[in-house]
This record gives sequence, C-alpha cells and structure tokens, in this order.
Amino acid sequence: MTGTLDPAERSGIVRDGVGVGIATGVYGTSFGAVSVAAGLDAWQTCALSLLMFTGASQFALVGVLASGGAPLSGALTALLLGTRNTLYGLRLAPLLGWTGWRRAAAAHLVIDESTAMSVTRRDRTAARLGFGVTGGSVFVLWNLATLVGAVAGSVIGDPRDYGLDAAVGGAFLALLWPRLDTTRNRVVAVAAAAVALGAVPLTAAGVPVLVAGGVALLVGALGARTQVER
Amino acid sequence: MSVWAAVVLAGLGCYLLKLAGLSVPARVLDRPAVARVADLIPVALLSALVAVQVTADGQALVADARLLGLGAAVVLLLLRAPFLVVVFGSALVAALARLLA
Repeated sequence: MTGTLDPAERSGIVRDGVGVGIATGVYGTSFGAVSVAAGLDAWQTCALSLLMFTGASQFALVGVLASGGAPLSGALTALLLGTRNTLYGLRLAPLLGWTGWRRAAAAHLVIDESTAMSVTRRDRTAARLGFGVTGGSVFVLWNLATLVGAVAGSVIGDPRDYGLDAAVGGAFLALLWPRLDTTRNRVVAVAAAAVALGAVPLTAAGVPVLVAGGVALLVGALGARTQVER
Repeated sequence: MSVWAAVVLAGLGCYLLKLAGLSVPARVLDRPAVARVADLIPVALLSALVAVQVTADGQALVADARLLGLGAAVVLLLLRAPFLVVVFGSALVAALARLLA
C-alpha cells in the first residue's frame, strides 16, 4: 500500500491540506471570543483548544457553561460529541497503519477535517500526507486563532453588546447544517430541539442538551430493531 | 467540578476517544446500530444546543435578539456563506437589534 508520490500529487495534497487548515483555523477566533464571553478565562480557553482540539466539543462545553450549566454537564456534552472521532479513527486506522508513539501522536489530530482529507486518498503514503498536513495545519492555526480570539474577547467589554451570545447559536447551527442531509437526521434534529426546550424549565441548565442526546440513542436503537434506513 | 477540572478531564477524555478509534479492532465498534447512533448523536446534541443557546435564560424560555441572530444564520447558511461569516453575521444582527431596541 505504501507508494511514492510524484511531486505534483504531493504538492497538491499539501496545498489542499494547508488550505483547509487556514479556513478551519481562522474560525478558532470565534471559538476564542465566545469562550471568554461564556466566562472562561483566556488560559482555560487556550487549554481547551490545545487539549481537547475538536471544535464542536469545545463549543459545546463553553455553550453549556454560558447558559449557566454545571461544568460536569458541559464536560459530558463535549465527550458525547467527541464520540464521532472514535468512528473516524476506526476508518483511519487501517489506512494510516501507524503504531506506537506515532499512533498516539496522530490520535490527537483525528478530527473532521483531517479525516475528510485522508480517507479519499488512493494509498497509504498519500493518506498519511493528507492527514498529517491537514491535521497539523489546523492544530497550529486553530490554537493561534483561539489565543487571538480570547485576547480580543477579553478586552472588548460586555460580550452581549457585540452579540457574541447569539454567535454561539450561529456556530452550532453552522456545524449542524451539513448533517441535515437526510429526512431521518432532520426529524431527529427537530425532536431533539423540542425535547431540549421542553426540559429547560424542568431541569438544571446543561441537562436539557444531554436529555436530547437520548433522542439520538432511542432513534438509533429503534432503527436497529426495525431495520428502518434513511 | 470546577471549570478547570471540566476542561482538563473532558480534554483528556476526547483524546482517549480519538485514540480508541485508532487502536481497537474495527469489528468491536463497526456495527450498523453503533454507526447509526454515532451519526445521530452530533445531530441531536447540536440541534439541542442551538435551541437552548438562543432561547433559554436560566430556566425560562425567552425570545430576544439571539433569535434574530439565529434567523440571520439561517439566511446566511441558505446562501452558502462560510462558517466565519455565519458566526459573526449572527453576532452582528443580534448586536444591531440590541443597539436599536
């Protein structure tokens, strides 16, 4: 499976990977800004991007805290969203074929973008290059942009004056949007939103989102029993 | 649990979830039901986060400038605007609504 790449293919993969890295990394500024608006300090914000390094989970943690949720609810929501990276890893493992410390290092870079830029490659050499370049450039730029956003967010005063609380909702919707491509997913999205809103007056902040996660488990499990696809 | 504990523990947990995918044999998790649930969890959680983020104020549901910001996000997404434009566009609309209110 390992092969050599001609220079044109190599530079094409590098260019695509860096391009995705720039596009994705830049929106780390929005994460940095909404995170400090949610009440985290700049250190905690940067630690999230360095340690967690998976955008949807990071937005989820700060989103739950922003709505007054307990840190535990935020952490659980982030972990639930992080489970999709496990599935990415399953697909990537045979393709990348790394073991030992290389695998441990590569694991940190398993995210939406690095997966997308490597699973389509025709052999292991190209997949490794696409994964490494994309994951590496997103990591560097995402963390730099987080720092910029956190510092800017810290000095501008009341985040509500700038609509940054509304920006969190916009960010979640933008992350959700490409997943609304099937009827099943749209039904689950509406049901989850309804369940979450119904739970808001009844439960502590942060819990409604976790309750809505139960909708996914229920539909997934029922779908398995009745073999309903799409 | 403090905010720092949530940051560190959830960060570590997310890393271990990634490492597990690269490490466990594919057949352990690669089943239709697991794949379906894994596909639906982000949909359900993100949708719930949108709903709660724009309407909840503590334990009350309110309609305020955030809802207008979300409307702007919908329009921008329909126009295929990039992520950053959607995020800051919804902020801008909410900020303007508050300024004018």
